[in-house]
Amino acid sequence: MKIHEFQAKAILAEYGLPVPKGEVALTPAEARNAAERLGGAVVIKAQIHAGGRGKAGGIVLASSPGEAETAAERLIGSRLVTHQTGPEGSVVKRVLVEERTSITRELYAGIVLDRKTALPVIMASTAGGVDIEEVAAKNPEKIIKVAVDPTTQLQAFHARQLFFGLRLPQPLQRAGVEVFRGLYRAFQEKDCSLVEINPLVVTAENRLLALDAKINFDDNALFRHPDIKELRDLDEESPLEVEASKFGLNYIKLEGTVGCMVNGAGLAMATMDIVKLAGGEPANFLDVGGGASAEQIQNAFRILTSDRSVKAVLINIFGGILRCDRLAEGVIHAVRSLQVTLPIVIRMEGTNVQQGRRMLRESGLNFITADGMREAAERAVAAARQGKRS
Amino acid sequence: MSILVDKKTRLVVQGMTGREGTFHALACRDYGTTVVAGVTPGKGGSRHEGIPVFDTVREAVAKEGANAALIFVPPAFAADAILEAIDAAVPLVVCITEGIPTLDMVRVARFLRGSGTRLIGPNCPGIISPGKAKVGIMPGHIHKRGKVGVVSRSGTLTYEAVGQLTRLGLGQSTCVGIGGDPVIGTTFVDCLSLFEDDPATHAILMIGEIGGTAEEEAAAFVKRHVSKPVVGYIAGQTAPPGRRMGHAGAIISGGKGTAAEKVTALRRAGIAVVKSPSEMGAAVKKALNA
Repeated sequence: MKIHEFQAKAILAEYGLPVPKGEVALTPAEARNAAERLGGAVVIKAQIHAGGRGKAGGIVLASSPGEAETAAERLIGSRLVTHQTGPEGSVVKRVLVEERTSITRELYAGIVLDRKTALPVIMASTAGGVDIEEVAAKNPEKIIKVAVDPTTQLQAFHARQLFFGLRLPQPLQRAGVEVFRGLYRAFQEKDCSLVEINPLVVTAENRLLALDAKINFDDNALFRHPDIKELRDLDEESPLEVEASKFGLNYIKLEGTVGCMVNGAGLAMATMDIVKLAGGEPANFLDVGGGASAEQIQNAFRILTSDRSVKAVLINIFGGILRCDRLAEGVIHAVRSLQVTLPIVIRMEGTNVQQGRRMLRESGLNFITADGMREAAERAVAAARQGKRS
Repeated sequence: MSILVDKKTRLVVQGMTGREGTFHALACRDYGTTVVAGVTPGKGGSRHEGIPVFDTVREAVAKEGANAALIFVPPAFAADAILEAIDAAVPLVVCITEGIPTLDMVRVARFLRGSGTRLIGPNCPGIISPGKAKVGIMPGHIHKRGKVGVVSRSGTLTYEAVGQLTRLGLGQSTCVGIGGDPVIGTTFVDCLSLFEDDPATHAILMIGEIGGTAEEEAAAFVKRHVSKPVVGYIAGQTAPPGRRMGHAGAIISGGKGTAAEKVTALRRAGIAVVKSPSEMGAAVKKALNA
């Protein structure tokens, strides 16, 4: 799960990290008032989940409350397109109004899980303010990495390794160590998958300050963080994906015309791949899971077909726990009750497949059946090309 | 022969008295696996479907000689269940549970190091050595005894591969689902090494997917240590970056972990990579005949 910058900064502040003074504004008037309280000269930052806001014009300097109001007026309600939002962009609902800071150095501090060693790794770099992936690709020597073993947790020496690696002036040592400690504690205690401060700046007053902040959480751990769950912003997610998540369905909307319904994530990805190889484009990723009920299949169908770009549906099920007869029953019921008119290609294999196939045949509904993934994909792509809702 | 599970496997099922646990414990037993015990704290001393139930894994090991554990415990308690099995020195632990918090698995992974336990999963379908033992949730009937070793990060996609192999008359020595999470107990490299050393395995089918670098590490290992033919497929060639494709570990992040990178690494190591998932079986057949 992702959250906004202002939310991430509030969490970091709880862990003792220095963040700029700021206020969230939902209207231009609120932005003006906030700027007045913050001393006039401020930065207005659009709050969307995607990165790349600066280059897209989502971060504006204002030297007076009036300018702050104008900037907020322009940003709030606008659609910001960054390299991470996709071409449709993201609508700005609120801005963060922050005090201005004079910066002498821009650094990077972050923590992620290293999958290879299964350890959290804290990263620091003197090349702050740019994408860390870019630094990793071009100047890997500029990144200091410290892996933290869960048996020791973060010790002072770990933090010192990072601090001295950054070659920061000695008077900042205590503050620097505290930054890394807070970063690690936040990551650990809030079950994060990523905490990133980019840039972490040294101000003209020789203070460290988290100028930007990004936190992602481990979805699997949200059950033990009700407070974090509250921070979810549904406006930042695709409506169909939000709807699917209510029914425990894993759905991701894509750009194509062949709607896919599959059991299991790996098979669902493979189905998308084979649609592409057959000359089509998948409209979505949809994993109905191992033990999908008739109700779930119906919901899956409803969500899948409410995407208007879907011209044909491809159902690919390898029955294990999910029996083919149960699936057939669910599909027949869903097609009847939702009055689906799209062409539907079904490929089933596995447990009780004969019964399932017979049920589809005898349903009187116009299913296109297929043997094997390739044939199924080819038929679905052909049906989508014809493009008519039969 | 086969790897990891066979006729000598004596299985304890943790969380056996739950709905899923019961269903799959019985399916494993029906397949021919020796299921010796169940563990459900508070239900020790009873019998469930004729199988003795214990309060702790240690008791199941002491009294029934369990040498493998299969875990069906809800995500919030699954890490504890794995740790308990490691603590009881069970040599093989298979965790089916999906949705375990990553940082719980970081602790588990640390505890595994230096222990005598091998963990398979979590978030996996388990292991099957056709005709010998099934320790997992896969449909047993699609498998056939034979000489192809299968290792995969996925569940149903593995069934698809097995279905293709069986239809072509190619049986399997052992099929291992290593799991779709970012932190797992046993990697491709571990399984490739076991298959290389197993005389009954003549070819290996490896099914990877986007996210992480496990396939790249496997490619490097194959190049240096594997003499048997290896066929590969990587799922997620059409997956968009930054999105988690169902599995917690299936995500292209920071431009890393793409299918294209993995395919290149595998091909460089001499692995026969198929572009289409419908060609996995045929490619193995070709590799065996070459």
